[in-house]
Amino acid sequence: MSKSNQRKSRIVDKTFKYIGLAFTVFALLVLAVLITDILIKGLTRINWSFFTNLPSRHAANSGILTALAGMLSLLFFTILIAIPIGILAGVYLQEYGTNNKFAKFIEINIANLAGVPSVIYGILGLTIFVRLFGLGNSLLAGAFTLALLILPIIIVATREAIRAVPGTLREASYGMGATKWQTTRRVVIPSALGGILTGIILSISRAVGETAPLLVIGALVYVPFIPEGPNDQFTTLPIQIFNWVSRPQAAFITNAAAGIIILLLITFILNGIAIYIRSKWYKNIKY
Amino acid sequence: MIHMRTKEKAIEILMMACSFLTVLTTLGIILVLLIDSIKFFSEVSIVDFFTDTQWTPLFSEKHFGILPLLTGTLLTTFIAVLVAVPLGLTIAIYLNEYASPKFTNIVKPILEVLAAVPTVVYGFFALQFVTPLLQQFIPDLRGFNALSPGLVMGVMIIPYITSLSEDALRAVPSSLREASYGMGATKFQTAFKVLVPAASSGIMVSIILAISRALGETMIVAIAAGQEPRLTFNPKESVETITTYIVQVSMGDVPQDSLEYRTIFAAGLTLFLFTFILNNISFWIRKKFQNKYE
Amino acid sequence: MDYKLEAKNANLWYGNKQALKDITLSIEPNSVTAFIGPSGCGKSTLLRCFNRMNDLIEGSRIKGEFLLDKANIYKDIEVYDLRKRVGMVFQKPNPFPKTIFENVAYGLRINGINDKKLLAEKVEWSLKNAALWDEVKDNLNNSALSLSGGQQQRLCIARTLAVEPTVVLMDEPASALDPISTAKIEDLIYELKNKFTIVIVTHNMQQAARVSTKTAFFYLGELIEFDETKKLFTNPEEEKTQNYITGRFG
Repeated sequence: MSKSNQRKSRIVDKTFKYIGLAFTVFALLVLAVLITDILIKGLTRINWSFFTNLPSRHAANSGILTALAGMLSLLFFTILIAIPIGILAGVYLQEYGTNNKFAKFIEINIANLAGVPSVIYGILGLTIFVRLFGLGNSLLAGAFTLALLILPIIIVATREAIRAVPGTLREASYGMGATKWQTTRRVVIPSALGGILTGIILSISRAVGETAPLLVIGALVYVPFIPEGPNDQFTTLPIQIFNWVSRPQAAFITNAAAGIIILLLITFILNGIAIYIRSKWYKNIKY
Repeated sequence: MIHMRTKEKAIEILMMACSFLTVLTTLGIILVLLIDSIKFFSEVSIVDFFTDTQWTPLFSEKHFGILPLLTGTLLTTFIAVLVAVPLGLTIAIYLNEYASPKFTNIVKPILEVLAAVPTVVYGFFALQFVTPLLQQFIPDLRGFNALSPGLVMGVMIIPYITSLSEDALRAVPSSLREASYGMGATKFQTAFKVLVPAASSGIMVSIILAISRALGETMIVAIAAGQEPRLTFNPKESVETITTYIVQVSMGDVPQDSLEYRTIFAAGLTLFLFTFILNNISFWIRKKFQNKYE
Repeated sequence: MDYKLEAKNANLWYGNKQALKDITLSIEPNSVTAFIGPSGCGKSTLLRCFNRMNDLIEGSRIKGEFLLDKANIYKDIEVYDLRKRVGMVFQKPNPFPKTIFENVAYGLRINGINDKKLLAEKVEWSLKNAALWDEVKDNLNNSALSLSGGQQQRLCIARTLAVEPTVVLMDEPASALDPISTAKIEDLIYELKNKFTIVIVTHNMQQAARVSTKTAFFYLGELIEFDETKKLFTNPEEEKTQNYITGRFG
């Protein structure tokens, strides 16, 4: 290799390093600009009445009370449905069904489901839950739809967490005469709990931000009441934001930005908790 | 003892049923889309569906050509991929080969946040910040356009590419790296002549999944790209994607079991087929190359 | 003589590979029996047959008889019941990520014992028998993972003893430990034989000589020699045994 060639490749190397740094900083910058822009547009609108007011035709009187209440109720039912099913399915695939054809087939299937656009889940929910089961555009129909949507996340997280549990712990349990289920319930699942919990929280964070499938199943954009039961109609914060964004008046855009601040806060807190649990869990438990 | 065995078996069957629910979900999606699509295609010719250049099911003079929605979807996805692939890959290589581990450990979780931001937020950002900003430089950019949501979507899917590509790069055995450095290669040469080819399957998977994600994205385009189905590849124009159309119809007062109502199933099936094929390609690549270095 | 454990013409295959070849041996109650031999000789495999841990390995098949108190281990005894009567301690300490107390209480809880007083009594009894009580009695609610390696292994022994097995199988229980911890485990084994029948697999011939009453030497899946420990180490019948204990291979 000649001297000039060497110099050239060193310059290319250096240039690429700076491009890499620039791209990384750019990506982070977009996030920073997004947050700053939304804070500038929405922060002044956030006050107590914003949380306690019902939606209104007048932007200044509009609040997110029903959207927040709807979202919390929706999440409650979604979690109630998705967590037990997701964990049991994940446990089955990793702990019971290893190497059988059924489990392999399900693995491909889950990889596929994880890639199905959320709006398609909306069409599924609309046809099956809203119409076929006759649930209408109720909380329950929304919860079933979202539960199916986040199920792959919980299943994959559960499997990964369980895969990390060392076989020696299972041996110890079997060696004392424990059955498979006793071993699974008392040793394997508790040992994998950190990973499972992280996955659950990330799936909740995903559910919090979902908008499209709920719009498709007919979640309302204007709900002037707090849902009182699983059969009530509902709206959620992202839907409320979507509604405000599509209004031409500037005051509603401010409302949307203020709503986004709350939505982002919830999302970031959930993700923060997930990261915290993950790091804490891995620090405490070294096998 | 018999009681215990029965209990064990019962629990196993319950768990199996839970896993099977995911299969029912897939079957449900396919059946739901197919049944109404078949009804749809009994009234609309499938040739028209794929060749008619107009999509006006909600107007009095009805046309059922999916092409405008398809081009809208592909155009925004193309713009997103144009942003995400070079940025995502470069960042992955930079974090893996150049940056200090400390820098990487701080930056990676922050980058992941990009994928965690709800899409309705990105939609707002595209419509209220990026479009006005771009209009400063491109005066004839429409208020609703393909460019702005495409770009924002591109940033959103960067973490998908970065994190999967980084995993693939990290999985390349260090012996290959050392062999290259040992011959006096620079980091750049090592990265592009050794690591990227060695990790190519993982990188491919990351790009395919990112494309699939962009194709199915709804809220960003619904908010910022507009609702005018138009057969164009001009990014300055307003376009409607398949996903936007589905949301638009569900929010309107289209009577159930009408032809208009069934359009969302035909459109949904088209979208599903695209993502389904992409997902299966990525799964196939992953399985095929999974144990390359084990 | 009423033997505690017996293997009669026992064979075992992992897939196509035969790991045990026609093994017959009998183990007396309240004794310590050592299994020695080079890696892959089948000593651990045989040990794991006595509480059917090999069942967990896919593709393993057995032929022949394994008996516990004259009852066929693979036919007459429910596997869960067998494992309660024949406990096992593993090569590496494998405490559960639970408290010290809950580790020892585990075997009792899976048997449906939840009475607090009874649990506390049994945990204390087990920890005392495992010579760990004095070191942990004030920290029973600490995580088991906070203990040292040697303490963890004694905790695993206590966990095994808690369900009051009659046989304790030990698969190289001290191989991952430092010399001081090893000495403690060896003393413990010597003590335990008063109450339990112990079978220990070891790589360490000095250890076999120190703790066991009888020793079995295995080579390539065959039982070469089985005799009083003293006799086997000083005056073996077989040349292979002689070669192994003098360090010519293995």
